[in-house]
Amino acid sequence: MPKLNRDTRTDVTFTLNGKKVTARSEPRLLLTDLLRHELGATGTHVGCEHGVCGACTVRIDGEPARACLTLAAQAEGADIQTVEGLEPEPGGMSPLQAAFREHFALQCGFCTAGILISLKALFDRKPGASEQEIREQLSGHLCRCTGYTPIVRAALAAQAQMREEEPRNA
Amino acid sequence: MTVNPPADRWVGRSVPRIEDAALLTGRGRFIDDLPTHAGTLAAAILRSPHGHAAIRSIDATAALASDGVVAVVTGDDVQRLTRSMTVGVKANVECWPIATDRVRYVGEPVAIVVAADRYLAEDAAERIAVDYEILPAVVDPEAALGSDAPVLHPSLGSNLINERSFSYGDPDGAFAGAAHRIAVEIAYPRNSCTPIETYGVVAGYDPGEDAYDILANFQGPFSIHAVVARALKVPGNRMRLRTPPSSGGSYGIKQGVFPYMILMGVAARIAGRPVKWVEDRLEHLAASVSATNRVTRLEAAVEADGRITALAFDQIEDCGAHLRAPEPATLYRMHGNMTGAYAIANVSIRNRVVLTNKTPTGLNRGFGGPQIYYPLERLMQRIARQLNLDPLDVVRRNLIPANAFPYRTATGALLDSGDYPAALERAVVEGGLGELVERRTNARAKGRLYGIGMAAVVEPSVSNMGYITTVLTPGEREKAGPKNGAQATATIAIDPLGSVSVKVASVPQGQGHRTVLAQVVADALGLEPSAIAVVADVDTARDAWSIASGNYSSRFAPAVAGAAKLAADRIRAKLEAVAAGQLNTMPADVVFAGGRAASRSNPDNGVSFARVAAAAHWAPGTLPETVDQTIRETVFWTPPELSAPNGSDEVNSSLCHGFIFDFCGVEVDAVTGEARIDRYVTMHDCGTILHPAMVEGQVRGGFAHALGAALYEEYAYGADGSFQSGTLADYLIPTVMEVPEPVILHHETPSPFTPLGAKGVGEGNCMSTPACIANAVADAIGVDDLDLPLTPSKIAGLLAGPERQAKNPPRQAREAQPGGRRKLTGEGAAEVAASREAVWKMLLDPATLEAIIPGSHGVTQVSDTHFTADVTLGVGPVKGRYKAEIELFDLDEPNAVTLRGTTTGALGFGEGEGRITLSDTGTGKTRIAYTYEAGIGGKVASVGGRLLDGAARVVIGQFFKALANHAGGANGPGTGLLARLKGLIGGRS
Repeated sequence: MPKLNRDTRTDVTFTLNGKKVTARSEPRLLLTDLLRHELGATGTHVGCEHGVCGACTVRIDGEPARACLTLAAQAEGADIQTVEGLEPEPGGMSPLQAAFREHFALQCGFCTAGILISLKALFDRKPGASEQEIREQLSGHLCRCTGYTPIVRAALAAQAQMREEEPRNA
Repeated sequence: MTVNPPADRWVGRSVPRIEDAALLTGRGRFIDDLPTHAGTLAAAILRSPHGHAAIRSIDATAALASDGVVAVVTGDDVQRLTRSMTVGVKANVECWPIATDRVRYVGEPVAIVVAADRYLAEDAAERIAVDYEILPAVVDPEAALGSDAPVLHPSLGSNLINERSFSYGDPDGAFAGAAHRIAVEIAYPRNSCTPIETYGVVAGYDPGEDAYDILANFQGPFSIHAVVARALKVPGNRMRLRTPPSSGGSYGIKQGVFPYMILMGVAARIAGRPVKWVEDRLEHLAASVSATNRVTRLEAAVEADGRITALAFDQIEDCGAHLRAPEPATLYRMHGNMTGAYAIANVSIRNRVVLTNKTPTGLNRGFGGPQIYYPLERLMQRIARQLNLDPLDVVRRNLIPANAFPYRTATGALLDSGDYPAALERAVVEGGLGELVERRTNARAKGRLYGIGMAAVVEPSVSNMGYITTVLTPGEREKAGPKNGAQATATIAIDPLGSVSVKVASVPQGQGHRTVLAQVVADALGLEPSAIAVVADVDTARDAWSIASGNYSSRFAPAVAGAAKLAADRIRAKLEAVAAGQLNTMPADVVFAGGRAASRSNPDNGVSFARVAAAAHWAPGTLPETVDQTIRETVFWTPPELSAPNGSDEVNSSLCHGFIFDFCGVEVDAVTGEARIDRYVTMHDCGTILHPAMVEGQVRGGFAHALGAALYEEYAYGADGSFQSGTLADYLIPTVMEVPEPVILHHETPSPFTPLGAKGVGEGNCMSTPACIANAVADAIGVDDLDLPLTPSKIAGLLAGPERQAKNPPRQAREAQPGGRRKLTGEGAAEVAASREAVWKMLLDPATLEAIIPGSHGVTQVSDTHFTADVTLGVGPVKGRYKAEIELFDLDEPNAVTLRGTTTGALGFGEGEGRITLSDTGTGKTRIAYTYEAGIGGKVASVGGRLLDGAARVVIGQFFKALANHAGGANGPGTGLLARLKGLIGGRS
C-alpha cells in the first residue's frame, strides 16, 4: 500500500461483488462513505459509526467486518461483498434472502443487509452451524423491529434449504 | 398464533410483504440513499457540552475560513429568519430549535456549519469558539420544582410550565369511605426506542417564491407541518414536506426530527444552496427525543376484597429543557383511559409539567402508556400483597365486565369493544399460568428466587387530535375553539390500462403498510394483491393529507386501512354500474373476482377488470349517468366518536382500545442479580387481525423494546446535566441473546367503530411488559419499591440490602454515588526527597510547569497564582487540543495550597479542585498529601465515561511518583503535577 498523505486523494481499487472498481479517496474516508456515496452501493447502511449496531457489516476477503470502522484505503486490493452481491440474478433471491421474506424476518429493513452478510459468512464457513452459533453470530447486530425470533427462524430455514440444495449443486 | 386464515379473502392472511424484495437486495430508498440536487451542501451541528450555561459569545471566524465552508448559522440567524416554535400550553416562554442566549441541555444545537461535505463541515465545527458561563443545572423533576432550583427559562419564573387538577366522580367520598388506602411511588426513567436509522433532512429554499422544500424521514403527525411552516414564517403551501419511501424504524422518535427541518431550511436559505444533514449516533442518543421520565404517586381506595373504588394520581412529568410540540401530549394521551382495564368510577388527577436540563421529549412507542401502567399495575400487585390476596383475583375483581361495552370510563374514554374476563381466562389456561405457579413453588423450595408478574392494560389507538387540549382549562379551550377528530385519507386511482394504485399518507417506518393496503383493495376489487401498486410516503404539495396523517398512535390498521377500504368500496360501487352496462345486467348482479367482472347469476357473462376500469379514460361517454368517473377516488374518514374534551374535562382520547393481559415467570440469580425470563405470555385483543404475521411482528417488536426498557435501557444524566449514554455500548439495547420468545395469544373482538373492525396493536407491550416484568421481579425478591431499569447491579443491590461500612476504606479514587454523577473523588499521599520549600517552589514555577506538562504548547503566567496553558492530550486514538486555566488559592506557604482548574476543548470540558498539604518528615524529605474532586462533561463524558474513570485512577497513582522524580532531580517521564491534574480535569488522561 502506498504511503498516504493527509491532503492527497488517491485511487482505491478493489473487487466489489465480483467486479473491479476504482474510486478516489482521501485517507480518512470511511469505507461506508466510499461504498455508499462514491460507488452508489447504498444497500450497506450506517447505524452508529462506532461498530456496535452491525448495520454496516460487509465481507472483506470473506470475513464479516464493520465498514464504518474501516478506512476506504484499507480496501485496496480486497475482495468485498455487500448485500447487492447476494442476489443470484436481478429479481431473484438467494435462499437466505427468500427465507427472510418468508419468515417476516425484517420490518424496516435497515439492519437487514448487515445481518444477511454476517449469516452468509457464517454459513459459507460453517454450513452446519448450530442454532447457538447462529445466535452468537447475530448477537453482533441490533434490530429494533423484529424481536429477533423471526430472524433466527429464517436463518435456520435458509440453512436447511441450502444444505438440501448443496448435494444437487455439487 | 390462534388465528385461522380466511379462505375467501386476502385480508387476514399472512401474505409475503411487497416491501421485502427491495429491502432484501439493497434497493431500499432511505433518505441517505436518495439523489440530491447538484450542489447540495452538507451540514454539521456544533452542540452544547453543558447542561446549563449562558452563551457569552460565539466566534466563527476560524470556521468560516476553513476549507469548503460556505456558511455558519447561529441562534441569531435563526431568530432573525424564523419565529419561536408553537408551545402547546399557555406560558410565557419561547421555544427555539437552536440555543439563542443560553444552552439548557447537553447536545442542544449552538451553531450549524454548512460545507462542501460532511467531513469538512465537522472539521470546521470544531473550530468554532464558544464562550460559556456555566450555570447550575437541575435534572431531577422533583428538585426542579424546589424554590431554590435553578430556573431554565427566567421568563417563566419557575420550572413548572403547566399544572392542572381534575376530579371525576367523587374521589374524596370514595377515599373517605375506603377500607384501605394503598399507594405506590414511582420514578419512571427516560428511555428511547432508538431506531437504527438516525434522523436525516435535505432542505432547499427558493427565494423567488419564498418557499421551502424539505425532505425528512419524519413520521408524522402532520400537525407538525403547521408548526414548521409557522416557525419558518411561510404559508403552509410554501412549506413542501416530503418523506422518503423507506425509513429505518421510528417508533415515534422520528417525529422529533422537525426542529431540524427548521434549522436546515434556514441553513439552505443562508447558504443559497440545498443542505443535507444526517444525524450521527451520538447526536441521536444525546439530542433527538426520548420518552418522558415521570414521578408518580398513585393511591387507591380499596375495599376489603381488593375492589378499587377510586384512584388518585399525582404526576410530575419531565419534558426536558423545552416544551416542544406536541408535548405535553405524553401526559395527556392516556387521559381517557387512566383507569386501565378496570371499572373505577372515581378518579382524581394532579398533573404538573416541569422543565429540566435534559433533552426535550417527544413521541416514543407506547406514548404515555408505560408511565401510567407501570404505577397502576405495580399498585395492583401491591394491593394483593398488602391484603394477602391472589394478584390474579385482584385483577379479575376490577376488570370491566364483558356486557358493559361500549364502556364510558370515568375520565371520558369510550372503550369500543372487548371481553376482558374471557381473554384473561383464556390466557391463564392457554398460557399455562398454573404451570408457572408450580415452577415457582418448586424453585422456592430449593431456595431459588422465582417470581410471577402480571399486567392488564388497555391499549389505545387512533388518537383524538383534540386530546392534547385537555391541558387547557375549559375556558381556554372555549376561546381557542374545539379541536377533535382524526382525519384519515386514502386515494385509489385507475390508469388507462385499468391497473389500480393506492395512495395513503401513513408514512410507514417498516411496518408493511403497503402490503396490507394491497390486500384490502384486492379484496374489494377481486384482484391479486400483487396487481395493486401502493405508495405510502407523503408529498404535502401533491398528496391528500391532514394534520392527523402519519405513522403514530397505532392508527394504520384501524384508520388508514379502513379509509382505503372505504375508497375501494366507493370505486367498486361505481365500477359495478359501469360493468352492469357492459354486461347488460343490474349493478347488484355484478361480482368482481379473479381479475374479472361477471354476472353473479350467469358467471359466463364476464369481462376483464381492466376493461371495466379503464372505460372512464377511453370512453367516458359510455359511463352510466350515475357514474362521474372511476379514475380517482379519495376518501377522508374521521370517526364521530372522537369529540372534543367537554366542559367537565372528559375526553375520548382515542378511538380504539385493545386489551392485553400478560403474565410471566422470572428467575433472579441470587448472586449476580440478573433477571432471566422463564416464560412470557401475552394475550392481545386488537380487534380484527388484518395480517397475522405483521401483528405478531408488532407484538414481538414492542415486547423487545419493552424488555430493553424493563431491564437495560436508560438515558442517564449526571447531576450537572452531563449526558452519559452516548454510545450503543453505554445505552444497552437487547440483542438476540437477551430477547426470549413470548407466547402470543389472541382474542378477537372487532371494533364497531372502524371500517375493518381492526384496532391498533403496535404499542401495547411497551405499556404492559415493563410492569409485568417488574411485578415478577418484585415477587421473586420480595421487595415493594422497584424503579426501572432492573439491571443486575440494581437487583443485586436490593438483594444485598444496605452496604456495610468497609473496615479499611479504599484510599484510591472512587466514584461518588449520588445521581450517578460522573465525579471522581480521592485522596492519597507520597513522600519525596526534597524540602517543603523546594516542592512549593516547583508548584508555582511556570518554567518547571512548561518542562513537565506533556503536550504543552506554552504556559502563560497571568499572575502569581494564575496560569493558562495550551495542551494537546490524547486517550488512545482520540487526540484533542485544550485550553487550560489553573488557579492556586488558599495559599499557606509552604504548607498547603488549593488548585482549581478548568479545561475546554472540542471534545468536552473538565473541572477539578485539589488541596495539597506538604509536611516535613525530617531528613530533608516532604510528605505530600492530597485530596481531589474532579468532574468531566461534554462529548468525552457521553462516549468515554467508562474508560475515563480507570484511566484517571492510574494517573492519580502515578502523579506523585512523577513529582518525586522531578524533586529528586531525575529526568522524570514528563509527568508533572499540574499536567496530571490537568489531564484528569481535562478528562483526557
